Amino acid sequence: MAFYVVQFLTGLASAASLFLVASGLSIIFGVTRIVNFAHGAFYMIGAYVAFTLTERLSGAFGFWGGIVVAAFAVALIGVIVEMVLLRRIYHAPELFQLLATFGLTLMVEDLVVLIWGPDDLVGRRAPGFRGAIDFFGQNIPSYDLFLIVLGPVVLGILWLLFQRTRWGVLVRAATQDRDMVAALGVNQKWLFTSVFAVGVFLAALGGALQIPRDAVHHAMDLRIIVEVFVVVVIGGLGSIIGAFVAAVLVSELNAFGILIFPKISIILVFLVMAAVLIVRPWGLFGKPEAPARKTPGLTVNPWRPLTSNERLAALAALVIAATLPLFAGNYALTVGSEIAIFVIFAVSLHFLMSVGGLASFGHAAYFGLGAYGVAFLAKMAGLPMIVCLLLGPLLGCMGAAVFGFFAVQLSGVYFAMLTLAFAQIVWSIAFQWVSVTGGDNGILGVWPSSWAASPSHFYWIALGVAALVTIALRAMVFSPFGYALRATRDSLLRTEAIGINAKRIQWTAFVIAGTTAGIGGALFAYLKGSVFPDNLGISLSVDALVMVLLGGVETVSGAVIGAIVYKALNIWLVSQTDLSKLVLGGFIVLIVVVFPKGIVGMLEMLAQRRKSTSPPGATLLAKPMGSAE
Amino acid sequence: MKLTVEGLNSHYGPAHILFDIGFEVGAGEVVALLGRNGAGKSTTFRSIVGLVAQRTGRIMFEGKDVSVRPTHEIVREGLGYVPEERRIFTDLTVEENLEVGRQPKRPNAPYWTREKLFALFPNLGEMKNRPGGRMSGGEQQMLTIARTLMGNPSLVLLDEPSEGLSPKIVEQMVDAILTMKKEGVSIVVSEQNLHFARLISDRAYIIERGRICFGGTMAELDARPDIRDAHLSL
Repeated sequence: MAFYVVQFLTGLASAASLFLVASGLSIIFGVTRIVNFAHGAFYMIGAYVAFTLTERLSGAFGFWGGIVVAAFAVALIGVIVEMVLLRRIYHAPELFQLLATFGLTLMVEDLVVLIWGPDDLVGRRAPGFRGAIDFFGQNIPSYDLFLIVLGPVVLGILWLLFQRTRWGVLVRAATQDRDMVAALGVNQKWLFTSVFAVGVFLAALGGALQIPRDAVHHAMDLRIIVEVFVVVVIGGLGSIIGAFVAAVLVSELNAFGILIFPKISIILVFLVMAAVLIVRPWGLFGKPEAPARKTPGLTVNPWRPLTSNERLAALAALVIAATLPLFAGNYALTVGSEIAIFVIFAVSLHFLMSVGGLASFGHAAYFGLGAYGVAFLAKMAGLPMIVCLLLGPLLGCMGAAVFGFFAVQLSGVYFAMLTLAFAQIVWSIAFQWVSVTGGDNGILGVWPSSWAASPSHFYWIALGVAALVTIALRAMVFSPFGYALRATRDSLLRTEAIGINAKRIQWTAFVIAGTTAGIGGALFAYLKGSVFPDNLGISLSVDALVMVLLGGVETVSGAVIGAIVYKALNIWLVSQTDLSKLVLGGFIVLIVVVFPKGIVGMLEMLAQRRKSTSPPGATLLAKPMGSAE
Repeated sequence: MKLTVEGLNSHYGPAHILFDIGFEVGAGEVVALLGRNGAGKSTTFRSIVGLVAQRTGRIMFEGKDVSVRPTHEIVREGLGYVPEERRIFTDLTVEENLEVGRQPKRPNAPYWTREKLFALFPNLGEMKNRPGGRMSGGEQQMLTIARTLMGNPSLVLLDEPSEGLSPKIVEQMVDAILTMKKEGVSIVVSEQNLHFARLISDRAYIIERGRICFGGTMAELDARPDIRDAHLSL
């Protein structure tokens, strides 16, 4: 009995930090409508800065002072980020905001390693809370008790702040109707900045308070952000009470899940999240969302099939690509195969995102599932390559069918967060379930059959599959199913009003995209000869997003170009620098801010401008940011 | 002149909505902007307070050109705006809604306190702690006006205040607007209801398809039944 009480208290203590970070994310989202992906990064910087300060400053005053100063210092960094970056993208589609803050996260990951080094840092114990309290023979760290008290205290302070101060009233008003608040004479800019500062302060405080419990390391940002996304999806975005209740719930599920499913405790959290989403898609304490704002893919230039000349040009490009083995060496062919595989991956996400208007932040899950599918079939069942290639992607298909069913119940940022959380769950399973997946060691020795083993043969296979997939998806865009899907993207309500089952259409699109990604993953497993949890990790999901964005999210087939350019650049970059995340993150931020239409989008715009001087209004509308005049 | 609008053009994306709108409002005057649904009344107001991003033209308020300033600065100059859709903060109580609108005292404009506003709109005084979402349409309309008055404006843009209200509430609205006028607030009121406009206005402009096609006193408008019939549905 005592053991369960202690386990329960441990869960409550973990909930404190989770609540701080989640409430910060919720507050920021409520007012600015930005889901701040970089929130985990601020949490991590908070921990690092607090570590440095508490090491330098001595005594109890130094420790607690260091924690508070760290939170304030990081809040100041947040203010700078808000003023320099976010102010430029408040009117951009949600996807761009998520991507920009993700780019920031990548940059921070490299920066903290540059500043603090790659090793785990173990911080000081909290003065006054060093010991443990004996509870019927079980030890409870007294610091845990401090955290258990702190959570409700912070909740109370936040409640007072929002209910009893003018600032709180303004924030709540702005959460509901920003323009009206401005029309009553309130300077939104500073309101947004102050809200962002408070949110970041909470995240950094959450990080700083973790140092007596956990080591500080440079991957803690992604771990917390996924948990926080789960918390806000369960609790409801924008609700502080919801963040508190859900933080406690998730922490307790983790604490007790370990007892029930020691290897895959995350399953329990997933099941609860799925149950909540079925009953209340907007979370326990959230409100039903208003119809989504502009989604990526909404375009001013209507899409059309390729003309016969353009078809010839595409065919010519394919033929030229097919001649690569005649003059290129093995390394170039391997790179070429990898690029072809990423074309498959990118067009599958593009189909979901641009055609379906559903920006998935966890698309790598289905790519990776395809890869694991092949690995299981080849290694455990010993099936030949051709069978594995045909059956392996079905694992991606099944994953997409299960997760997609839940994901399409939501849209916009909720969809993005949920897909990310699902992908992370799949990753955790692959990582933790060592007996089946090999865990971090992966599954090795997935080699192609002899007829496909030579680099040139494999390249031709990859290229052929990539071409087929691209053509098939493109044909689907201009099929009745494609029309229906684009209709759900442009107006969900009107689509349903004309008798289309929108959720089913979106679910179907999700499954198609997932299966296609699985095909890419299946080929990838054979290309590398092995499968690792990284094949379904977040960074791969983001790679796909960047490829689509780079090519142009509003185009029909920009993803092909995006994948080629990005992958080639990426391979080259990784060979050139250790700071690839820093460069990549900066690159993402740059695309979002100055280059939001992507390569193909830019080319189309230039071509259009040459054809006719388009009316000024049209180009204005095409810009993501509502500029005056 | 309190407010002078000259050559105002507005666009929503590629659509040109307002064409060279021009009108003026004197200190202490109540001016009606009349027009049918979709004529451009709300867009005119939204453009004046800077809520329509794509706009050109000159908007002089108390001798200052406010056409290039952001919304909150325009409003802080004392130019209050009451939107058509009311846009009450439904999660906030009556008192909190008023708090959002509160701005410091202004030398050249009447000063409104909560007590004064509760005297003007007695219904509101009886439900200080009720959330805006649980009020009737008429009560919400009163709350939007009271909320804007908390900013102590010297001029108020009132967008269709009588829309969708019962005759009894409309009467109260007329009284409230006349009280505001007596206190010295200049008012521009957009209306489809000529009868209502006549009860409160000194002068009127008629807007049709984004263009001003008449301007004059109420008496002058009454003398031109042709214009009235052509541009206003009765």
